Amino acid sequence: MANKNVSVWTSIPFWRRSAAWVTGFSTILLIWLTFDTIGQISMGTDADLKKGITKRVPAPTVINYHIDYKMSQKRGHEVPVIGKKEPFFGKEWSPKEAKELLHLGKLTVQAKNCMNCHTLLGNGAYYAPDLTKAWLDPAWQKGGPMQGMTGKNTKEEAMAEFLQHPSKYPTHARMMPNLGITPKEAKGVVAFLKHMSAIDTNGFPRNFLKTVDQFKAGGTNAH
Amino acid sequence: MLTSIKTNSFAGDKGKELGMMYFRVAIILFGAQLLMGIIAAIQFLYPGFLFEIFDFSVARMVHINALVVWMLYAMIGSVYFMLSDETEHEVVGIGLGKLAFWVLTAAVAVVVLVYIFIQVGSGSEATIWFINEGREYIEAPRWADIGIVAVVIIFYWNVFATYIKGKKTGIITVMVANLMALAGLYLAGMFFTDNISIDQYWWWWVIHLWVEATWEVFVGTLAAYALIKIIDAKREIVEMWLWIEVLMLFGSGILGLGHHYFWIGTPEYWWEIGALFSSLEPVPLIAMFVHVIYDWGKEQGANGTKPVIKNGPAMAWIVINAFGNFLGAGIWGFFHTLPQVNIYTHGTQFTAAHGHLAFFGAYATILIGMFYMGVQYAYGVERLKATFKSKMAIFLITFSLIGMTIALTIAGYEQVLVERAELGGTWNAFFVAQNLPWYVQAQVWRTIMGVVTFIGFIYLVWDLLTIGKEAQKAEA
Repeated sequence: MANKNVSVWTSIPFWRRSAAWVTGFSTILLIWLTFDTIGQISMGTDADLKKGITKRVPAPTVINYHIDYKMSQKRGHEVPVIGKKEPFFGKEWSPKEAKELLHLGKLTVQAKNCMNCHTLLGNGAYYAPDLTKAWLDPAWQKGGPMQGMTGKNTKEEAMAEFLQHPSKYPTHARMMPNLGITPKEAKGVVAFLKHMSAIDTNGFPRNFLKTVDQFKAGGTNAH
Repeated sequence: MLTSIKTNSFAGDKGKELGMMYFRVAIILFGAQLLMGIIAAIQFLYPGFLFEIFDFSVARMVHINALVVWMLYAMIGSVYFMLSDETEHEVVGIGLGKLAFWVLTAAVAVVVLVYIFIQVGSGSEATIWFINEGREYIEAPRWADIGIVAVVIIFYWNVFATYIKGKKTGIITVMVANLMALAGLYLAGMFFTDNISIDQYWWWWVIHLWVEATWEVFVGTLAAYALIKIIDAKREIVEMWLWIEVLMLFGSGILGLGHHYFWIGTPEYWWEIGALFSSLEPVPLIAMFVHVIYDWGKEQGANGTKPVIKNGPAMAWIVINAFGNFLGAGIWGFFHTLPQVNIYTHGTQFTAAHGHLAFFGAYATILIGMFYMGVQYAYGVERLKATFKSKMAIFLITFSLIGMTIALTIAGYEQVLVERAELGGTWNAFFVAQNLPWYVQAQVWRTIMGVVTFIGFIYLVWDLLTIGKEAQKAEA
């Protein structure tokens, strides 16, 4: 400016330099944090699961284990708890099989555009329920309405059946459309959902209701 | 506006001509966005509407994709439009630029037709490559991603070459540097991974670092250019403000990315980082608002003569931008940016309320302002005054967007309390909250407001098509 000697606060070069420094510094900090975060959210291994080492995102073989979501007094919110082994679609999946199944599931979730009705980890559209902890939802458990409706005996089979013929099992006026999901793809999607429920989401969703008893008592946490 | 190419009023400015080509497609896509929004809003009320024919997921995908693409078109158009004014050099590579325009437009048409008629594919790589990627906002299939990159490289080369040959003003320097970041970020969204946490980590690099960093700086640059053009604001003051805005926008926006990393599997330290920096994000938006109003007031009173606003409707949209950006992005964003609040609001209509007012306030407004700048130049009009139609468009669109935002905020509030706090966020909790009268009423109002927006849009298009010719006649 004409009075450039008067004050630094009206000096364009000062603000230009400051903008460059602040932008550069923020960018470098973000890149550094990204390296740290990517390290922490890379998938764990089957060996980790066997040794009981908790990973923020566990290996695909987590589908062979019972998953729960429990309050951690230390962290002040719920965290996924990986329990004993349990069969998934009636068998134990090898690391290679589990990886392939999860891959198919993730591809199907994208190919069928799930995210433009549902939210995954809370991100997506708001036309249908959040799927972050869908695997733990009492509706799919024994005695829950969705498992009862499909006439299947396990959570995974009930979910897979629903995914293949969603409009056959209407619960509300708003229904899921038939997306042509094959039996194999449905298994993949269920594996994806089970795996997602084992991700440590820092307690989101909070106070997730887990038992059929709570559900039958009106679905409130307040008791 | 449609005939403007033939009117030859551009006096040989090929860059502006090319900019207008982008503006025209942008407006058509804007209309498509609104129609898709109305379909999706109706489906909230009448779920049977077009069920298994044109499902919510399809309408919503086209709704948000048309939004992103029309804005990118209007942004590319704006750059081509301002380039020769700033650099005082004619735009380089117009022939290639036109080719890129037609390639991009053909690709967009094919992608939209596939979205509408094929909709979904099998769970295979082929779907990701040819139908859609199923990742919100950047659903475009991989082949189109690669095409977009090729077209953007041509665009960027033209801009960069013009910049190198011409005058290097502060405005165009910020523009060229910012465009590099904006274009480069798209690459972060072009890969597939089985790990949903890593998927969303990079996905947010594209979405957040676009709309809360590089797009905001883009808006600052456009406002700076437009203020000089419309009210003869002093370049030194405008450019100093621009650098301050860059400092504050990038200083808060880059690490503000952390507010998307609260719940996707990423570590807890993002709570503090995201909360701190995203709380600062409204600050530059207040500054931008003050800047526009200050310049306006200052130039109005300058040298005692009758104040001249050379483009009334454009100036009106820029003032709405300053206010809307602050309100929609700043206030509505801050509402739910702290993790203590966000753990309940994340993934509810709260986000939709913020999204609607922010995209409108921060981006749609100023890009509409640029359309009016385009019309003014296309018809060679000295002074473009707002008509009844311009005012109707401004009033109806702004009013309905605010109404829509309030309705969605109420819906979100109900969801937060009933679905999340009371009922524990399950499948059943979701539907209980969706069917309560308070929620349904809010959705009714949102739909009504959507229809009002569309009526405003009709006024807008009508005005853009006629205002230039009328003003030309009046001046002659």
